[in-house]
Amino acid sequence: MKHYWFTEEHEMLRRVVREFSEQEIRPKIRELDAKEEFDRSILDKMGEMGFLGVCIPVRYGGAGMDYLALGIVSEMLEWGDTAFRETISVHVALNSLAIFQWGTEEQKEKWLIPQARGEKIACYALTEPNAGSDVRGIQTRAVRQGDVYILNGEKMWITLADVADHFLVFAKTDPEAGHRGISAFLVERGAPGLKTGTIHGKLGARASNTGWIVFEDTPVPAENMLGEEGEGFKIAMSALDNGRYTVAAGAVGVIRASLEESVAYAKQRTAFGQPIANFQLVQQKIALMQQRLDVATQLVYHAGWLKNQGIRNTRETSVAKWYATEAAFASANDAIQIHGAYGYSNEYNVERYLRNAKGAVIYEGTSEIHTLLQAQYALGYRKDKPLRRELPAYDPEEWTREA
Amino acid sequence: MKFTVLLKQTPDTAELPKITPEQALAGNQGVTKVVNPWDEYAVEEGIRLKERFGGETVAMSMGPDEVDEALKSALAMGCDRAVRLWDESFEGSDVWGTALVLAKGVEKDGGADVILTGKMSVDGNSGAVAHGVACKLGVSLLTQVAKIVDISDGMITVERLLDEGRETVRAPLPAVVSVVKEINEPRYPTFIRIRKASRAKIPVLTAADLGLSPDQVGAAAAKVKWTELVKPPAKKREVVIIEGETPEEKARKLLDYLMNVEKVI
Ligand SMILES: Cc1cc2nc3c(=O)[nH]c(=O)nc-3n(C[C@H](O)[C@H](O)[C@H](O)COP(=O)(O)OP(=O)(O)OC[C@H]3O[C@@H](n4cnc5c(N)ncnc54)[C@H](O)[C@@H]3O)c2cc1C
Repeated sequence: MKHYWFTEEHEMLRRVVREFSEQEIRPKIRELDAKEEFDRSILDKMGEMGFLGVCIPVRYGGAGMDYLALGIVSEMLEWGDTAFRETISVHVALNSLAIFQWGTEEQKEKWLIPQARGEKIACYALTEPNAGSDVRGIQTRAVRQGDVYILNGEKMWITLADVADHFLVFAKTDPEAGHRGISAFLVERGAPGLKTGTIHGKLGARASNTGWIVFEDTPVPAENMLGEEGEGFKIAMSALDNGRYTVAAGAVGVIRASLEESVAYAKQRTAFGQPIANFQLVQQKIALMQQRLDVATQLVYHAGWLKNQGIRNTRETSVAKWYATEAAFASANDAIQIHGAYGYSNEYNVERYLRNAKGAVIYEGTSEIHTLLQAQYALGYRKDKPLRRELPAYDPEEWTREA
Repeated sequence: MKFTVLLKQTPDTAELPKITPEQALAGNQGVTKVVNPWDEYAVEEGIRLKERFGGETVAMSMGPDEVDEALKSALAMGCDRAVRLWDESFEGSDVWGTALVLAKGVEKDGGADVILTGKMSVDGNSGAVAHGVACKLGVSLLTQVAKIVDISDGMITVERLLDEGRETVRAPLPAVVSVVKEINEPRYPTFIRIRKASRAKIPVLTAADLGLSPDQVGAAAAKVKWTELVKPPAKKREVVIIEGETPEEKARKLLDYLMNVEKVI
């Protein structure tokens, strides 16, 4: 499993996160999943260890690791369960990295540092009851009144809605201006008129918290606007370049777990007087999982490498997310087939992998949206223009500087 | 105070059954290696002692290059520095030879107030290295330690876990302390420590550095020779249903089965 882009630090990190998933998540997950319970004690341990600021520079409260480390953490957490990878996706990738990329120094002090230290939990609120893929169709309004913006509207399907202290919220400041009329705001729990709740009855990611947020005349200080007025759409999309990367890396974890468990089961289960691993139709499924694991790994960590170099990676991340999440769904499905009736029951993990994997082909751009994106790039209809602020390239000295 | 933890790199327990006797004898097991699980408790205790009493915690191990990985794990958990003891002449050391090298390592590193080890290794299982080190250093030996109560006035007070209960004993420092898993819950490394530990350059002390000649160590000096190594028989699981008309008949048949077929009573 050695890869040319992984250093000793990455290998150590992978071992530790695997052990963490093995000891802290896997023993509890069947019950948490069945009860739809988000286990705060796991989140607290993650905060203490540095998960919640893995690739944030030390001077902003992070661990000072690189973007490949963010991928490894996502992969090995989702090898345990999707729930805590989703935490990393929203807290680190979609929220903290957006503040790191677009925020002012004052905003980084106030919002990013406590988040990276794990003292405050953050989420990303874009989707609404009537707008998912169609981001410019969001209806939440932000109207300036003196030093504050007044927010009204509703967000839906928001990971950690009921857990988070900090919300990155997208709202329309100019409803006539299409995607240029969207702005981004940093909002704190406790703000007047802000309410949250949890959505129950999800197919998968049941040990994660997913919910809704309502704003009723919620005043947000103007200084809490992230980026400039009208820049919200670009901020939302650039954040998704990081969020999708963690979703894709997590999907690699699902493929890895599906493969490992299928191999173990196929060697141990006998039928017609021999281990089912001897049957070529079972072997084919295992071979396909290995192939998907290798391909997804290459796509994902290539995107991570591009991030380290500071090279724009919207297309590469999209293709990695699209491929890896579909490959995870297919692998979990094959893993159930190999387990036969046992795979159909929650006595084994593989049915949970399938339920979890289905979510990832929907959120952070449905597979259809990624299909369209890739076609547009290939046809030359879409080109990425430089952003006013790009995600900084990883610089080990800069990231590990103490102050 | 100075706390030195002696640790060993061993195969991952999950992978132990995969190792063949030939591989074990050759010392090349071809499996994932980790810090000996028992020694993790010693590392944790070494770090806690530093946190309680101040000073430094040093991780030390005898072994080839690959052992750096285990020492780095100890650094990632919170040890201040690590020292590796290696020389080709150390190859094939038995418990006594290993204890000699470790004792010399502790001395060369400037001694220590408390020397910690796990109660045994999951591969060798001798549980005798701590005894050997204490003997070679001529210091107190405390085994089966489940709690370090206090260190003061040149004395260490510990609770030992016995079959019948616990006993509290005091001994003069320096002391070799071998710990049981009841003593603590080893911590996870933090990411910042992983980042730093992965870059650590671990110094190596050779036989010459330790003032040891080839005839004192390694296979040459070993008092124990491995003549044969066999795998324990695989555990077999079988369900036998004892049939019978009456409970008395079933009991009689069961007794007969246990005495004459399984020969367990
Ligand atoms: C578990 C979970 C967690 C989530 N967490 C978050 C979060 O933290 N923050 C957040 O903001 N959102 C979150 N979401 C919401 C998620 O991002 C949206 O569900 C997703 O963007 C799709 O939007 P939608 O559900 O409204 O579907 P729709 O956009 O209504 O799509 C419905 C169907 O139509 C298809 N479709 C739509 N447009 C087109 C088109 N142009 N061409 C072809 N097909 C099209 C879609 O592919 C899909 O198949 C989460 C969702 C889930 C399930």
